[in-house]
Amino acid sequence: MRITQGCFSFLPDLTDEQISRQVQYCLEKGWAVNIEFTDDPHPRNNFWEMWGLPMFDLRDAAGVLMELTECRKVYGDRYIRLSAFDSSHGWESVRLSFIVNRPKDEPGFRLDRHEVAGRNIRYTTMPYAADRPEGRRYGGS
Amino acid sequence: MSMAAVAHDVSEAAPTNKIDLRREFNEVGIGEVLDQLDRELIGLKPVKTRIREIASLLLIERIRKRMNLTSDVPTLHMSFTGNPGTGKTTVALRIASILHKLGFVRRGQVVSVTRDELVGQYIGHTAPKTKEILKKAMGGVLFIDEAYYLHRPDNERDYGQEAIEILLQVMESQREDLVVILAGYGDRMDKFFASNPGFRSRIAHHIDFPDYTDDELLAIAERMLRDINYKFSPDAREAFIRYIGLRKVQPLFSNARSIRNALDRIRLRQANRLVADLDSVLTADDIISLEASDVFASRVFLKASSGA
Repeated sequence: MRITQGCFSFLPDLTDEQISRQVQYCLEKGWAVNIEFTDDPHPRNNFWEMWGLPMFDLRDAAGVLMELTECRKVYGDRYIRLSAFDSSHGWESVRLSFIVNRPKDEPGFRLDRHEVAGRNIRYTTMPYAADRPEGRRYGGS
Repeated sequence: MSMAAVAHDVSEAAPTNKIDLRREFNEVGIGEVLDQLDRELIGLKPVKTRIREIASLLLIERIRKRMNLTSDVPTLHMSFTGNPGTGKTTVALRIASILHKLGFVRRGQVVSVTRDELVGQYIGHTAPKTKEILKKAMGGVLFIDEAYYLHRPDNERDYGQEAIEILLQVMESQREDLVVILAGYGDRMDKFFASNPGFRSRIAHHIDFPDYTDDELLAIAERMLRDINYKFSPDAREAFIRYIGLRKVQPLFSNARSIRNALDRIRLRQANRLVADLDSVLTADDIISLEASDVFASRVFLKASSGA
């Protein structure tokens, strides 16, 4: 199951050139771009690992692409996303966020139904991949 | 390089596709930048010639690209060598705008750094620091002043080497993303290149900045004064010519920078002279002209007379 999160999620995966154009758009708006990765893609998992610090004061997308290439080399089997932060109103807030890398094989989510009192049902979604320990979820070493 | 000759080659290679070189030249607007360079920078003949050559090459390269004549992206990394105050930094700023006009760097910003900004203080600090600077310079020009400080031959565990390796790698693999300019004093740069052959071979343009002649220094002084709305009185001009002659042979002379400092001190003395007499009525002319006495009060003359 192809996971969709953030911007452009219903489009096919962006090519590097398209990514670079999006990043350039962010930089021209004065936003700082950050790279994050995770192998726990649950939609409620807000805490992805940061790949270095957000990149401030960049002028050209080539700098971000350089870091993205590095990140893919190390974590090519995980989800990687770019987020752009706008600080113009006094604090940093996310303006744009999109996935730029995904594992080859995405097993998807299992839906658990938990029957509770009074015929009520509670639902839980669990990524199948999360059964394995972190770092080995998507065929990584 | 003869521009006409190169244009001839291009038209032979693709006879169906005629290019109006003059229109192309005007369109890019580098003529203006080059003229400005000629106008605003005094002297520096070899530098200007070299920049003109590079600009011509880039113009032709641009046309070739449009005609689908494939060729490599030319290597644009440069090294500027010359004595202190010969205009290396100033020229680097101009180069960035020329490259930007020609479309060889996308943004045209100049990131000017020295060893401090590239090299870290402890293990693992250098690589992120260097990379951060490189990322900021992407799409523009990275100007490394006094580049030889990156290499400390007396300490083989110095972190400078790490910065050099990252720089070399990016200079090679991302040639179309950024242009690196190294600058420094001639003899020390030679030593630096001798111990880092990788740098020498990755830099296509080695430009040597000559020292200024006395006349050029005077012209520079007058231009500096004009820019800040001052002028020499005729006597002061004569005095300043003598000042240049004397200052040049003294130690620690750094060309245009020494001239600028001298002018700053002369302005100081002029202000002091004017303020000394609070009852006088000043005209605009009094305020903008520097007198011979302001120049002669310099300790350069003192030393010259005591030494003689």
